[in-house]
Amino acid sequence: MSSLLTAASRKSPRKKKQRTIATAESMASQQRDISVSEFFAKNRHLLGFDNPRKALLTTIKEAVDNALDACEEGGILPNIFVQILQKDETRFKIIVRDNGPGIVKKQIEHIFGKLLYGSKFHQMKMSRGQQGIGISAAGMYGLMTTGKPVLIISKPSKRKPAHEMRIKMDTSKNRAEVVSDDEHKEDDKLFPQGHGTQVEIELEGKYLKGRQSIDEYLELTAIANPHADITYVTPGNETRHFKRTVDELPDEPLEIKPHPKGIELGTLIQMLERTTEKQLAGFLRNDFCRVGPTKARDIASAAGLTGNSWIKTIDHNDAEKLYKAIQEIRINPPPTDCLVPIGSKAMLAGLLRGVKAEFYTAATRPPAVYRGNPFQIEVGIAYGGEIQGEDAARVIRFANRVPLLYQQSSCCSFKGALEASWKNYGLSQPRGSLPQGPLVIMIHMASVWVPFTSESKEAIADYDEIRKEMKLALQECGRKLGTYLRRRKRMLRESERRTIFERYIGEVAKACEDITGSDAKRIYYALLKQAKRRTAQADQQLDDEGKVIDEVASLARDEHVVIVASAAPEINEEDDTLFGKEPQSVAKKRKVTKKKKKTARKRTGKRK
Amino acid sequence: MAKKKTKLGTHKSIAKKPTRRRLSPVSKKKDKDTISKIDTMGKAVVKSSLNQRDPFVDIPLRTVSNMKYNKRKRILEMGSNSQRRNLFNLNQAKKFMQTMLLANGCKDLIEAQKTLSLRGMYYKCLHTIEGTKEKTFNDQSESDPILEDLEVSMHALREELHIFAKKRGTMVGNITIIDNGDEIDCRRMGTGGYSIPSICEPSVIEFKNCEADFVLHVEKDTVWSRFNEDRFWEIHNCILTEGSGQPPRGVRRLLRRLNIELGLPIYCLLDCDPWGHYIYSVIKQGSISLAFESERMAVPDAKFIGIRAEDYERCALKDDVKIDLNERDITRAKQIAGYPWFIDKKPWQREIQHMLRNGFKMEVESLITKDISYVTETYVPERLDARDFLD
Repeated sequence: MSSLLTAASRKSPRKKKQRTIATAESMASQQRDISVSEFFAKNRHLLGFDNPRKALLTTIKEAVDNALDACEEGGILPNIFVQILQKDETRFKIIVRDNGPGIVKKQIEHIFGKLLYGSKFHQMKMSRGQQGIGISAAGMYGLMTTGKPVLIISKPSKRKPAHEMRIKMDTSKNRAEVVSDDEHKEDDKLFPQGHGTQVEIELEGKYLKGRQSIDEYLELTAIANPHADITYVTPGNETRHFKRTVDELPDEPLEIKPHPKGIELGTLIQMLERTTEKQLAGFLRNDFCRVGPTKARDIASAAGLTGNSWIKTIDHNDAEKLYKAIQEIRINPPPTDCLVPIGSKAMLAGLLRGVKAEFYTAATRPPAVYRGNPFQIEVGIAYGGEIQGEDAARVIRFANRVPLLYQQSSCCSFKGALEASWKNYGLSQPRGSLPQGPLVIMIHMASVWVPFTSESKEAIADYDEIRKEMKLALQECGRKLGTYLRRRKRMLRESERRTIFERYIGEVAKACEDITGSDAKRIYYALLKQAKRRTAQADQQLDDEGKVIDEVASLARDEHVVIVASAAPEINEEDDTLFGKEPQSVAKKRKVTKKKKKTARKRTGKRK
Repeated sequence: MAKKKTKLGTHKSIAKKPTRRRLSPVSKKKDKDTISKIDTMGKAVVKSSLNQRDPFVDIPLRTVSNMKYNKRKRILEMGSNSQRRNLFNLNQAKKFMQTMLLANGCKDLIEAQKTLSLRGMYYKCLHTIEGTKEKTFNDQSESDPILEDLEVSMHALREELHIFAKKRGTMVGNITIIDNGDEIDCRRMGTGGYSIPSICEPSVIEFKNCEADFVLHVEKDTVWSRFNEDRFWEIHNCILTEGSGQPPRGVRRLLRRLNIELGLPIYCLLDCDPWGHYIYSVIKQGSISLAFESERMAVPDAKFIGIRAEDYERCALKDDVKIDLNERDITRAKQIAGYPWFIDKKPWQREIQHMLRNGFKMEVESLITKDISYVTETYVPERLDARDFLD
């Protein structure tokens, strides 16, 4: 080290002398505000713009999330149109259009041009976006990489013409700069319903298919949002249409006030500063949920204050005491009616739309609380059918209906899936990894505040309460899957039994004819009749085994389960390997399984 | 090819007609009985099929648990336990089908007045099941036990079903027999000896002119050759037989007939190991799997002359002949000692204990280390003179 230094000093001996000695004044001249937008421009990986591929995906994701949120808030069934145009190898233009309520002209520049501007950050309300960074960050990224402003066309009402705005972001001031502001004429084509918003962003990116692609993101979005109708035009100019399968908007989530146990000291101090209340009791009662007059008095007295204490007089010391008091006093958990889960029925509809399987089931847990925030876990499982079966199961994760594509292994839901004991449900599970088989596991967390591990919202933080709920929901689904798999195995065994008998009956009949001289055909048909009767009887006996049959029947009656009999090519495959190597016998067997499927469908009754 | 044919043609080898038809192994009346037994079985199956009942065949169990030692007759007898073989049972369906096929095959054989080996029978009933690629039998090991099942379930002997096993065993000695009408002088059999057929029923083999005083049965053909080369049977006026290990039915049937019909004592020269002891037990009492035929095959009066465990010291054998008893040998020896027909015999208990104490076994051939002809010239004559047998 020292030799290096001396070498450097020998080469430029004057530099050492020129070292500027900073004074408090000179430093002060350089110290200034760092705008949030500048910070994020430098740290764009925090928002999910690490690389060109992810940047393109994040841009689409933010735009689609905003579109869906807007439609739902406006009480409109969402029709989303997504198009990616490839300008050259690394340059793309994305267009996302919705039929939402539109945006008032003067708000456009704030929403799209300012970071940390939004309606959702200050609300305790379940929504896709949270901080108000997303779409403006995407626009900023586009501007930085291509220099092109963001183009927004919005039509808030049928009667008014749509306005078209080009917006540039001034990163140093965290403010939007309006490049152009026109009226858009041919808006009927864009917005046949008379309202909606279209965003166009040009950016540097990279388009790839497969895992963690835009295609996967939209597929998963369609699964979690069966009420949305999504049209997607790929860079290759192919159109993919995810049709709406549920014609009902999810309930509107309610806004709640923060729960006292869910806030930190800093937040408490901030709330004290901002409140419009004059006295402590009023502050506690009106700015928090689950605090009544008694609780407010209890908290105040535990902190050495009274309900009549003036907010103005509460200093840092008192705030700290107040915070401690809140932690010690028992307060009812927050209300959970503010949560709007997807619901088992809609989850099944979504899975049916997105995954070609033979068995589907879904479970919704009752709401629970972590750190004062209410949340609710939902799990769906799809098994068999066209799902690839050799590798580990696929886990698809959602938070407030938004698919999470990155950082699977650090996500709470992934850990929950590992912890469930899938072996009990007829699946193989190597130690410390996911179960294997043709299985898709869908995990959704709905919460007023989803605890992400980072701002790019890629993984859910690992809270014990959350993981426990996930595990319970997974087990509920797993049990149903296990019942189904057991029944399928039994069905297979029954068909096996029948074919074995049918195979040997002919030989027995012939030998009997040779020995006794009685007609072989007569014996054959008599035995065949008996074989059929006996296997049918065996089926029945299995069904009548008390508990087993109850389980199966209840499975069929269960409205959280869908069995698609026709989408089960796997049974045939297994049949082929088990018995028929010869075409004729295979044909015979297919008939048998088909018959059985019919009866199975009759039994299950429902085909959604 | 063409040339060869013309050459052969000049030989004028015209197929000759057989001078005489092979005699049936059993009488016509027996054949009729057997056919009616098969018929009864078939009819029962047809009846239950047409009446929508599960067809079945009852098969007596051929296991140790279903074995009884008849102390009075001194032979093994089969108990009355039987197993029901059903068609509509997943594990038995194929076996049931095979049982019916083989029963039918036996009926064909009897009607044609021909006999087949076990392997021949396997081929006779082997075909692909219609509409599948599955064969009726995967290999002979599937058909053999079912033929035995048929024997027991119909109380018909293998010969009565016109089936024979691969023949094993050789005989030489002072006796003339008539085999299927051919007179065979067992004194003039050269080095090879008369090979004992698998069916030795009186209708096939008749005894004529026997001068021998006793029968010496040895375990293997190698030892037998030693005795034959030394003309032991001539010197000691006896019959010399060999059963290639555990003697097949033919040999055992022949020994019994020599013992019962001609009154000849049977002496066995076997290895000193659990296997040799078991061979003796099979000759004397009958085997477990063929217990139903003991009455026709067991020789309760057979005697064991060697090799004895004490022979190592008595004959001053070298260390080299010792073969260590392994784990399995020891368990087997203890098992044999526990058989009801051995348990009451003190000399046998002592013999087995002695062998276990020795910790090694000896083959008959070990005597060759003394002298090439020690066994024929010294060992066996000495034992016979001393009447030193185990019973």
